[in-house]
Amino acid sequence: MAIFNLKINKKEYKVDVDPSTPMLWVLRDHLNLVGTKFGCGIAQCGACTIHLNGEAVRSCITFISEVGVKEITTIEGLSENGDHPLQMAWIEHDVPQCGYCQSGQIMTAAALLKKNPHPSDTDIEEAMNGNICRCGTYTRIKKAIKTASHS
Amino acid sequence: MTTAKINFGRRSFIKSSALAGGGLMIGFNWFASLNAQAAEVVKLPNEWFEITGYLKIGENGAITIMSPNPEIGQNIKTSMPMIVAEELDVDWKNVLVEQAPLNTAIFNRQLAGGSDSIKQSWPGLRLAGATGRKMLKEAAAKKWNVPVAEITTELGILYHQKSGKKAGYGEMASAAAQIPVPKEVELKDLKDFKIIGTSRKNVDGQKIVTGQPLFGLDYKKEGMLIAMIVHPPAFGMKLKSFDATDAKAKPGIKDVFRIKIYNDDYKPQWCDTTSFTELVAIVGNSTWEVMSARDYLKVEWEPFADHKIAMAGWGGDQLVSVPAGLESTADHHAKMTAAAAQPGKIERRDGNPEEAFKNAAKVIERTYTAPFLAHTPMEPMNFFADVTADNAKLVGPIQSPESMEKTLSARLGLPLEKIDIQMTRMGGGFGRRLYGHFMVEVALISQKMKAPVKLIYSREDEITFGIYRPAYHAFYRAALDAKNNLTAFHVRMGGIPENALHANRFPAGAIDNYLAESWAIESNISVGAMRAPGSNFNAVAEQSFLDEVAEAIGKDPIQFRLDLLKRAKENPVGKRNDYDAARYAGVLELVREKSGWDKNSAGKNRGVAAYFCHSSYVANVVDLTVEKNTPIIQKVYAAVDCGIVVNPDAAINMTEGGIVDGIGQAMYGQLTLSKGQPDQDNFDSYRLIRHAEAPKEIEVHFVQNEINPTGLGEPPYPPVMGALANALYKATGTRYYHQPFVKNKFE
Repeated sequence: MAIFNLKINKKEYKVDVDPSTPMLWVLRDHLNLVGTKFGCGIAQCGACTIHLNGEAVRSCITFISEVGVKEITTIEGLSENGDHPLQMAWIEHDVPQCGYCQSGQIMTAAALLKKNPHPSDTDIEEAMNGNICRCGTYTRIKKAIKTASHS
Repeated sequence: MTTAKINFGRRSFIKSSALAGGGLMIGFNWFASLNAQAAEVVKLPNEWFEITGYLKIGENGAITIMSPNPEIGQNIKTSMPMIVAEELDVDWKNVLVEQAPLNTAIFNRQLAGGSDSIKQSWPGLRLAGATGRKMLKEAAAKKWNVPVAEITTELGILYHQKSGKKAGYGEMASAAAQIPVPKEVELKDLKDFKIIGTSRKNVDGQKIVTGQPLFGLDYKKEGMLIAMIVHPPAFGMKLKSFDATDAKAKPGIKDVFRIKIYNDDYKPQWCDTTSFTELVAIVGNSTWEVMSARDYLKVEWEPFADHKIAMAGWGGDQLVSVPAGLESTADHHAKMTAAAAQPGKIERRDGNPEEAFKNAAKVIERTYTAPFLAHTPMEPMNFFADVTADNAKLVGPIQSPESMEKTLSARLGLPLEKIDIQMTRMGGGFGRRLYGHFMVEVALISQKMKAPVKLIYSREDEITFGIYRPAYHAFYRAALDAKNNLTAFHVRMGGIPENALHANRFPAGAIDNYLAESWAIESNISVGAMRAPGSNFNAVAEQSFLDEVAEAIGKDPIQFRLDLLKRAKENPVGKRNDYDAARYAGVLELVREKSGWDKNSAGKNRGVAAYFCHSSYVANVVDLTVEKNTPIIQKVYAAVDCGIVVNPDAAINMTEGGIVDGIGQAMYGQLTLSKGQPDQDNFDSYRLIRHAEAPKEIEVHFVQNEINPTGLGEPPYPPVMGALANALYKATGTRYYHQPFVKNKFE
């Protein structure tokens, strides 16, 4: 076990866990931030996507010992009032079915829009291809990203 | 207005409130949601008055509607309360929705399965709303001392025109709560609907996009431990022994022990399917500690012998044979080919098919296959249990809570009323969560640990655990006479360990000489219902075959089907035809019109298919191109007849999802086995459709009618696979007989 100081969603946290613990489980089990989801554990589905210094990473394979002073953003901290353009576009297009993968989808899309504020369809397909939606809401996800990119 | 009789009251509402944490407090109550638009409008009342088990009304006019059925992504947590709100006659923006726990005293059929939630609950939900409205009217009549017949309502307000009196529902809620539940109520005319038929946003939408706790995996309780299980690595194996010395020494680990899912004399119900009845459980403080320590368990497995399981079936006890052995996909293929060469069990025979085939000028014969599939809902299996000597509380994602309560009662030795089950929003299920072995597992672990426990499966646990969609095989024959008339149709369907045959569905009823046979091969691979069971193979095989027959005859594939349906409607063969030929034809005609099939097909690689299952009708046209040896699905058209559409945009969403899922399964889905062991165990090897592979555009149209609504969880899924196969043929000149298509042609 070891003590780690983390900056998550602009707040400071201190946790005492094994250094090999993935951020996914630090967030979910130790910090009660459960918006980041467990889907596969091997970086294949994207449900656990968070931002590390603004870059989209898979928290299931990001060990706490790798984080250092980098700032973490999770779905809970993407916006203060749940009104990030993507969150609003997701509601406008009523994207979710089961909803489980959607926080990961939004986090990946948010990192995309930061780099590329007006992505083409192909840009969206490439950026979002690592995020599985088992319910098949891909066409709505694409529409919501385009709506957010125009806002 | 129609009058309807009431059969529910206010019994045991206390049970339902207790688990949800008492009165409704948004932010504290896990199971309550408010629709996204309402956030700034609804003010929480000081007091809730329970009108019926379905309804609470606050003194300020806020309404809580209980949503009885498990929410699995089919959006009934929005559409069910919409139906209640319609008949209650309230403004949707004042409605809060709360997920009801299992409560058989108030609610009927709290099950997510068979696309039946809306279909079966439609009358009951309307009555629930109308009952509340009547009680409010009676309360107002009493207070104003006027005849109840003179009271009218509109959007949550009671009016008495003659005296000019009016009052909000909230003002009458306290009095209405004292009114006896009426014996008869009036239902609205369809033309007066204000909520049903209008698009309303998912009530959990805001919670989902902001990552609030909603799912079983998110559930927590003070002092809760985390558990995982270890199951045999191969079908045909069972637990022999284990050594937990190393694992127990790892940090955070509390205990490791063997659990036995069922008692020896227990007769499993339909929902108790599992290949693995004895497991090793490992329990600790946190997920990662348990996951890490689990790798240090040394477990020995041994082959099991042939045996039989006595299942408690609907038609009495059934003996199910479980053969010994380590099965492989290659052996399965050889066995299926051999079985399909023999006559099967005759399930339906019309006319004289043998004679018709003997006299045919031409016979078309084709074989179709599809592999086992895993359900792979995005949220892995999990459940929470807190079991004491006196009672058991379970919280989590389950499609079949009512049946599982009976299983738990038998295994824990507790009466049904001592078992509380609360359903969380499910991160998908697709049928996998009908089989609740994980509830028994976590209950036994909690009982042993004398502590609240959450059980978590890894993705690998889930994919290799079984309860798959069966592996299917279909052999079709069509007889044509010298004038290219279809004179006989023969289907012989089989599978491991079940077949997909629906002997009385189209084209049965449309052809004079018809033969349907079935066969099955015993196996120790466990199977279960997966989205549109049977239909999810039937539709692709049959609709591909019909396309080929239409081509051989020289008819347009839509017109060919419509001609058969005309025959089935006007002069049906046989009496047991399980479909409405007019509605079937209706979706084909609609998709023909909307896709511009007759005018706009030149230069396009288009395929069509239609299918009826789970009471709804769907037809698809798929347009695709093949670029760099990869099919690109350009556009999919869907025409749907599910009767009255309760929530149109959500119904479109379900249809789009079914289409994407169907294309994904047909193109990529397969679970193969080597010596009893699944060859795929996570999303790097088990392929699901991804964003770039989804259709570029989906256009959904509904047949407008006033037929009572039927479901949409399953019907939009099967037919698109047939339309895809037929479009691929147009693009490549090759027919696609074996799923997954990508393995056969596009590697």
